[in-house]
Amino acid sequence: MTDVDIQVRVNGIARRASVPPRLILADFLRVNCGLTGTHLGCEHGVCGACSVLLDGEAVRACLIFAVQADGAEITTVEGLAEPDGELSVVQAAFRDHHGLQCGFCTPGFVVSVTAFLEENPKPTDDEIRDALSGNLCRCTGYQGIINAVRAAAEALAESGGSASRDATAKETE
Amino acid sequence: MKPATFEYHAPTSAEEAVGLLADLDDAKALAGGQSLVPMLALRLAVFENLVDLRRVDELRGIETRDGSVWIGAGTTQATIGRSESIGLNVPLLARATPLIGHLQIRSRGTIGGSIAHADASAEYPAVALALDVELDALSPRGRRTIPAAEFFTGTWSTELEEDELLTGITFPVWQGRAGFAVEEFARRHGDFAMAGACVAVGVGADGRIDRCAISLFGLGPCARRATEVETELIGTSPADSDADEIGRTAMAGLDSVPTDLHGSASYRKRVGAAMVARAWRRALQEAVGD
Repeated sequence: MTDVDIQVRVNGIARRASVPPRLILADFLRVNCGLTGTHLGCEHGVCGACSVLLDGEAVRACLIFAVQADGAEITTVEGLAEPDGELSVVQAAFRDHHGLQCGFCTPGFVVSVTAFLEENPKPTDDEIRDALSGNLCRCTGYQGIINAVRAAAEALAESGGSASRDATAKETE
Repeated sequence: MKPATFEYHAPTSAEEAVGLLADLDDAKALAGGQSLVPMLALRLAVFENLVDLRRVDELRGIETRDGSVWIGAGTTQATIGRSESIGLNVPLLARATPLIGHLQIRSRGTIGGSIAHADASAEYPAVALALDVELDALSPRGRRTIPAAEFFTGTWSTELEEDELLTGITFPVWQGRAGFAVEEFARRHGDFAMAGACVAVGVGADGRIDRCAISLFGLGPCARRATEVETELIGTSPADSDADEIGRTAMAGLDSVPTDLHGSASYRKRVGAAMVARAWRRALQEAVGD
């Protein structure tokens, strides 16, 4: 098994590495980059805990090999908050509306909802449920999460902001 | 790292990709990986070589051509879902797209991967079959076009050779009064459907049904058409059609409906009949409506 050289940007930081082809992106982020906010639940694409943004789109980091991400821009849950630690609108809404309990699934939810609200800023409740269907929560239940998404959408509409900090940065560039 | 070890190749052209598939031992093409990577993780599949298609730009794109729409096999489901031209020209494909997996899956999953993987409960193979698409394939022996009716051959099996790559899919654009619908039943949105149906129906100048396609998924080893019902419906008046009866008749010829944890074969057939009936009503309403 020949290692492959890759170059990616993770939360704005350029990283080079030589990785075995079977290393999944989630393990690359957790082990090679030390970003353990990306959680691994099922490791075969069912639970959504490992969701990250790849070139702005929500993807399952357990269903992508790190080699496939060569050249890509990746945002993990660590990259969503402001550099001073101020939570993103979506993160704050999860905290305020009891959208988490044990927190294991939360990074996947927050990342997925960030991408979802970017594409659909005014979702109906049905669309919210549909968008959340790829993420499993086993302790909080989904009501608080749905309330958080609704509140985040409203907060973003009021502030005219974007769910993703990267997207906001790009717009102002 | 769950999958077994493999060597990784990332060619930049389709020609190069099929050359690798032909020359390397035990090689498999990797597109979006949303079916292949879980299969590797679960060790349902093990390959010595994976040929990643991510750098093959010629496999991506959506082009409106004379009376048809060509979609590159590497085009993601998310891109298809966002395409206005597909919503307008191939409504059945547009309507099936949000039913595939979840948004994180559609970001990566490709139309070619979905069709070539040919899962029995997948939406795109059933859409391809209903619309009689043409599938472009490339191998070291050259290019060929495979009609959808000949493409799906069984469980996860297609007409493609091991060193042959699906490069593009050509969807005919239905002209005139037509309606399209897809219905499926899954226990949770985005899960594999227990049973589903696609309907495409056209109504002629005389007000009678002049085109009709009903395809089924989750009801056998691969997607299939309900040809007998289709033939019976041609030339009939929409007002006379009995959706529930059409649903029941569409199930009559099925002999290999799966039984598993989620439902017995007889239950699946009842669900399938209901899905055909629902899709038929919606498609017909669109076709006869103003």
